[in-house]
Amino acid sequence: MTEPVVSVRDLRVYYGTPRGPARAVDRVALDIAPGETLGVVGESGSGKSTLGRGILGLLPEGTGIAGEVLYQGRNLVGMSKEELRHMRGPELGLIFQEPMTRLNPLLRIQEHFEETLRQHHPKLDRDEIRRRALEALGRTGIPPTRYKQYPHEFSGGMRQRIMIALALVLKPKLLIADEPTTALDVIVEAQIIRLLADLKKTSGTAVMLITHNLGIVAEACDRVAVMYGGKIVEEGDARKVFANPVHPYTRELLRSTISLETKSLHTIPGAPPSLITPPPGCLFHPRCPDAMRVCALKAPIEQRLEDGRRVQCWRHGPAEAIPDGGTEPLEREEIAVANEA
Amino acid sequence: MAASGSSLKSYLLVRIAMVIPTILILLTLVFLLMRVAPGNPVTAALGGHAPPAVIKELTHQLGYDRPLYQQFGLYVWHILHGNFGTTITDKRQVTEIILQNGAATLELTVAAMIVALLVGVPIGLLAGRFRDRPVDAVTRLFGVVMYAMPVFVLGLLAQILFGSILNWLPISGQASPLTTALMTTHTNILLMDAVIDGNWPAFWDVFDHLILPATTLGLVFAGVFIRLVRVNVIRTLKDDYIEAARARGIRERAVVYRHAFRNALVPVITVIGLEVALLMGGAVLTETTFNWPGIGHALYIYLENRDYAAVQGIVIVFGLVVVASSLVVDFISALIDPRMRYK
Ligand SMILES: Nc1ncnc2c1ncn2[C@@H]1O[C@H](COP(=O)(O)OP(=O)(O)O)[C@@H](O)[C@H]1O
Ligand code: SF4
Ligand SMILES: [Mg+2]
Repeated sequence: MTEPVVSVRDLRVYYGTPRGPARAVDRVALDIAPGETLGVVGESGSGKSTLGRGILGLLPEGTGIAGEVLYQGRNLVGMSKEELRHMRGPELGLIFQEPMTRLNPLLRIQEHFEETLRQHHPKLDRDEIRRRALEALGRTGIPPTRYKQYPHEFSGGMRQRIMIALALVLKPKLLIADEPTTALDVIVEAQIIRLLADLKKTSGTAVMLITHNLGIVAEACDRVAVMYGGKIVEEGDARKVFANPVHPYTRELLRSTISLETKSLHTIPGAPPSLITPPPGCLFHPRCPDAMRVCALKAPIEQRLEDGRRVQCWRHGPAEAIPDGGTEPLEREEIAVANEA
Repeated sequence: MAASGSSLKSYLLVRIAMVIPTILILLTLVFLLMRVAPGNPVTAALGGHAPPAVIKELTHQLGYDRPLYQQFGLYVWHILHGNFGTTITDKRQVTEIILQNGAATLELTVAAMIVALLVGVPIGLLAGRFRDRPVDAVTRLFGVVMYAMPVFVLGLLAQILFGSILNWLPISGQASPLTTALMTTHTNILLMDAVIDGNWPAFWDVFDHLILPATTLGLVFAGVFIRLVRVNVIRTLKDDYIEAARARGIRERAVVYRHAFRNALVPVITVIGLEVALLMGGAVLTETTFNWPGIGHALYIYLENRDYAAVQGIVIVFGLVVVASSLVVDFISALIDPRMRYK
């Protein structure tokens, strides 16, 4: 396997809250290969955005972060603010969910590009800046005639294209896209996803595509990581994961998407776990239809399956770590609710 | 480009057209207010001692015995011709009051606005940028004190400290009597007249007289600006495009100056326009405290003497200034904020 662009090791992110620290990202490990598109999925609140921002060190003041984000042999966690700033843009790009408010309303598109390019390439002359900006805009389908316009003159889809161009113009090795199409309508969404999926062909940029829409992942991603309660519970080849989910949470998540298309209601019963006082054992055990006794006692240990997939679930072992009688079904009142659907 | 240019033009034209009904409403309101004010303007102005014949004669002369609609028509007609009437008590043309006293007020309010902006905007920006740090705590306290302090109390304190105790600055009037006697009048704005004549001793004398009243009035408004600018900076720093700029690795200084400060000041410009009305009110008090021969001081005196003709004329001028300043502010906002042009 080629050297990954980014290796995340044992990453933990804690938000300070009035009720104590909230573990939004909990011991996450992840590799992203050059030119690869990695999907990150999970319910809202599972820590996807926090993971994306944590990689760039773009977290609110006072947020705790530990572990490693290795980029070209250097750990971004613990880097000085100024060093990190130099990484953001030319090495690691980030685009957001809400494109309508991400451009400064008082500045022309041109000024956004000039500022960004001058910041990282102070020696570029005007013509070169213009050439690069128009080239990036062209790749995302914005005509040069609109270079001098203001943000309010563009639709949401076009603004997201501009945001992508503004990230691409610096030629980052990795582009993190945090739910880039959630605020857009379906047709525009498909166009933007195609644009992102084509990036690896056109520029070799790796993409980390955060979404709660599994359809998007199936269509555009090579690999997928499923997050639950700040942990990656299953990760592997996107097609394999969708054809044969091994983690009960992934399976339930897929069921909820499929039934959404058939318009019958299936959501996973129960609520996401508290990040401040998480349940003991497996974070999913209060909602898991397959839960065993061990699940309420010990957190599952990550296993690597034969097809290269990683999974955190006692159903996949290791058997020797399960105490006697641990594989008996978990008895609880809520199980009736969980089985209902 | 042509499209946005022409829509800016049509926006401004519409905005100008909207001033006409505003002014008509203003004129009507002032007219009605003066008519519902207690007593007959003539008896009020002459006091209780005038013989009935004199009152009758003057009432007729001034047209107060005509039907209301005629009075109103005549009043609007005169104003359209730039005739704001004549005071009853001292028979001065209101236009003349506006030109002479108005010039003094203009000098004071412009100077005060400069003080307010020079003090308020930078402090507000700093306080917002370094929210909840010591700079912020100190300036907030300052802002609250300034805001809570009545103009005349602040003026009085300044007079006692810098005038009576330290004896550094004059505490009354617009210039010393000698300067006034020696100066020639071009614009009625003394600072400008002194510059036109190249009369530097007069210039500095006028300048010294301006310092205390302008600073007093200016500091009160600086308090308003500090709070306003601070809140706007804090709000703007949370905006999505700020985070997006940081995600592109833009220097924090540039994020703060180019994005946050500029965007935070746009609403402040609008408020400056609204503050002009308050500034005029503050000017009445400041002028009275510092014996400044401005239009507010004149208004105060005519009110005391119940000279409704004078009060009516002056209030209309105040109203026109407020309308005009809101128009100017709209123009400036439209030029700065591209979104405004399409509203
Ligand atoms: N600034 C913050 N302060 C405290 N808690 C936060 C903050 N941002 C996010 N969280 C919490 O962290 C968890 C993960 O949030 P997030 O990363 O936004 O999830 P996702 O993107 O998957 O919806 C959520 O429970 C959320 O409430
Ligand atoms: S570890 Fe147990 S509770 Fe957790 S997902 Fe697997 S089976 Fe369900
Ligand atoms: Mg999110």
